[in-house]
Amino acid sequence: MLDGMFSGLATALMPFNLLMVVAGCFAGTFIGMLPGLGPISAVALMIPITYTLDPSSGIILMAGVYYGAVFGGSTSSILINAPGCASTLVTTFDGYPLAQKNQAGKALALAAYASFTGGTIGAIILIFTAPALASVSLSFQSADYFALMLLGLTSVAAFSGKGQVIKAMMMTVFGLMIATVGNDVITGAPRYTFGALDLVDGVSFLLLAMATFALAEVMMTIMRGQMHGSEQAMQPVALSSMKLSRDEVKEVAPTIARSSVFGFVVGVLPGAGATIASFLAYGLERNIAPPRLRKMFGKGALRGLAAPESANNAASTGSFVPLLTLGIPGSGTTAIMLGALIAYGIQPGPRLYLDHPDVFWSVIISMYFGNLVLLVLNLPLIPYISRLLAIPPQILNPLIIFFSIIGVYLVSFNTFDIQMMVFITLLAVGLKLLNFPMAPMLLGFILGGMLEKNLSRALVVSDGSFDFLWQRPLTFSIVCITVVILVLPWLFGLVKSRLKATLPAAD
Amino acid sequence: MLNKFKTKQRMLLTAVLMSGMLGAGAVNADVDSIHFLIPGGAGGGWDGTARGTGEALTNAGLIDSASYQNMSGGGGGKAIAHLIETADQAHGTLMVNSTPIVIRSLSKVFPQSFRDLTPIAATIGDFGAFVVRSDSNYQTFGDVVADYKANPKSVIIAGGSARGSMDHLVAAMAFKAAGANPNKVKYLAFDGGGKAMAGLLSGEAGLLSTGFSEALALAAAGEVRILVMTGDQRSDAAPEVQTLQEQGYDASFVNWRGFFGAPSLSDAEADEYAQTLAEMYKTEAWEKVRARNGWTEIFKPRAEFVTFLEQQEEVVGNLMRELGFL
Repeated sequence: MLDGMFSGLATALMPFNLLMVVAGCFAGTFIGMLPGLGPISAVALMIPITYTLDPSSGIILMAGVYYGAVFGGSTSSILINAPGCASTLVTTFDGYPLAQKNQAGKALALAAYASFTGGTIGAIILIFTAPALASVSLSFQSADYFALMLLGLTSVAAFSGKGQVIKAMMMTVFGLMIATVGNDVITGAPRYTFGALDLVDGVSFLLLAMATFALAEVMMTIMRGQMHGSEQAMQPVALSSMKLSRDEVKEVAPTIARSSVFGFVVGVLPGAGATIASFLAYGLERNIAPPRLRKMFGKGALRGLAAPESANNAASTGSFVPLLTLGIPGSGTTAIMLGALIAYGIQPGPRLYLDHPDVFWSVIISMYFGNLVLLVLNLPLIPYISRLLAIPPQILNPLIIFFSIIGVYLVSFNTFDIQMMVFITLLAVGLKLLNFPMAPMLLGFILGGMLEKNLSRALVVSDGSFDFLWQRPLTFSIVCITVVILVLPWLFGLVKSRLKATLPAAD
Repeated sequence: MLNKFKTKQRMLLTAVLMSGMLGAGAVNADVDSIHFLIPGGAGGGWDGTARGTGEALTNAGLIDSASYQNMSGGGGGKAIAHLIETADQAHGTLMVNSTPIVIRSLSKVFPQSFRDLTPIAATIGDFGAFVVRSDSNYQTFGDVVADYKANPKSVIIAGGSARGSMDHLVAAMAFKAAGANPNKVKYLAFDGGGKAMAGLLSGEAGLLSTGFSEALALAAAGEVRILVMTGDQRSDAAPEVQTLQEQGYDASFVNWRGFFGAPSLSDAEADEYAQTLAEMYKTEAWEKVRARNGWTEIFKPRAEFVTFLEQQEEVVGNLMRELGFL
């Protein structure tokens, strides 16, 4: 195994392959920055180029483009509230408020550090445990995924904001409802399509995210400007220093470490992926944050930005475990890479690191370099990139609308999607004016869809009985954690009020 | 590194050959260019088939240029409707499709069927296959049937597509051929073959119903083995894998991929397209694309294609009626 690692290191260090890392990271960052254009589009663009390269170089290039795009996606999330891809949506929750508070430079720098750490920790875990982790990605059955999604839904409070729990719940249910549109995989029956062909494939997450975040935000900006009637409201946001204070570093360091490891583990599961990882990490951080910091979530909390950024990069790295060791793609992007590997005549699987050690190890080791390259490439660029915000709104807003619509259209090539985007945007603007939060809807949409599918599968396996909730230790443990998280705050509150009642003098 | 130089040399050679052939091609072939309509997004099976075929045709000099248009929506129905609506301007267009066009028009996902288009040819095909974990007790499909007949609930089959679509239907077809009730098949639907494979390996399902070429790739990884496949004969790619017929079950199934033209295409025009595709198989450019993708050739032009489609529609339709999907 050491031999393989060294030959992999030698392959990764070849000048040409290093060039591929840099080229991949650069191209990926750039494409990822464009709102709506994410890793799938970026990696698909590379397919024709990789045919002319040898396997290691080709996969190194694709991997570079992949995590480069995830890295770049956070930039547009922070600056203009338009996620570059699904997995950087959560970054908007606190990244965009930070940019609005004239802290764009700090937010971008923190996102870069968090991404770097997430990716690097992921790559290190991958180097030492990849073959062993294969069994982890296979230990999860539908029942366990169901429990995991249930756990994820308990974080809905994290996305609600003050005094809006009821509205957040309503939006979660609304998201769940949207997730049911389209052909149901389990029964094969079309649901809520009203006989329209265009609804058979359901609503895509990216479309929903772009419409409710990027486009709705543009509309709100325009309306805000008109309501106040003053130039002041339309003033571009200024760039701040990129420096994080020592206290701030202390505040986010544990968050980044936790979210990196957590994100990696979720990324290893073929049925979860980077988007779910970022949602879960955000919810987790909010749940364990002290009350003082908890209030800041959604209003520009540094932890709220660091958590999803480290988690989604670690998860992207983690998704290489099932891809390389089992040949199982966990996402659309890794499915394309699997196709590329097979086209080279390389079969990913448990024997890959024995049969093609140079490919296996050089790809993993190149990820480590890649993250370094991304940091070096991106930090000096931040002052220039954030100039984007200095563009007058009357030019920036049409550009955001243009790129958002193009990004969604390029995935499906279906003009109906554009009409649906406009409709959802109008709906979202209406809901936003009534103070309904958008994030719980997306949480409900992405977790709800998977919750339902995994529940249906678990019920098929158990012949319709709910035994599966306690039959497997893994499922049962996750269910227990969920119950504890739900009951504990209520229990604490109860005990506290009891104590207060019996010991009034203690205060 | 050595590989790379070779590739470069090969590319140079192809380029030289191409420029030579282009002149010759312009004289012989009546089809100059093809516009491929792809009913799904980038990176899918339809996309790969259309782009691979276009690449082979242009590299071999059989056509001068190929263009591609992705149009997803409605499980492929959007593209079919588009081709019919714009038929008069679309004589240069070929739409790629596969077995699901038969299944989805039967289940009324879209109102049209292959009869509303001009079938040109089926070009490549893939058989169905049943896969088990390497340590599974099942050695033949007969073992599965015995278990199923004793207790239908004991057999769980995973597949990468919805209930009532291909992976499910192939499994039901096999159990029906074995004289068992196909209605009681416990089918676990996953989003895609990869996740279905994870479902097999996690122990959730005992059997995986998938495409033969995907099954070969999975088996090469060593975690699983192929129990049986649905071809009429054994495949050259894996001659050790038995067919259902050999094991005594009268069922066979092939998932074809092929091309359709606009409804108003004349017979002469359609025959020219079929002729161009027929010539493609002899070229080195095609062999390169075919080998890269692991495709199996099944050329069924024009009338033969229509007959095949009608047969498939009947078999699949009967099965779907029996399963209560129609």
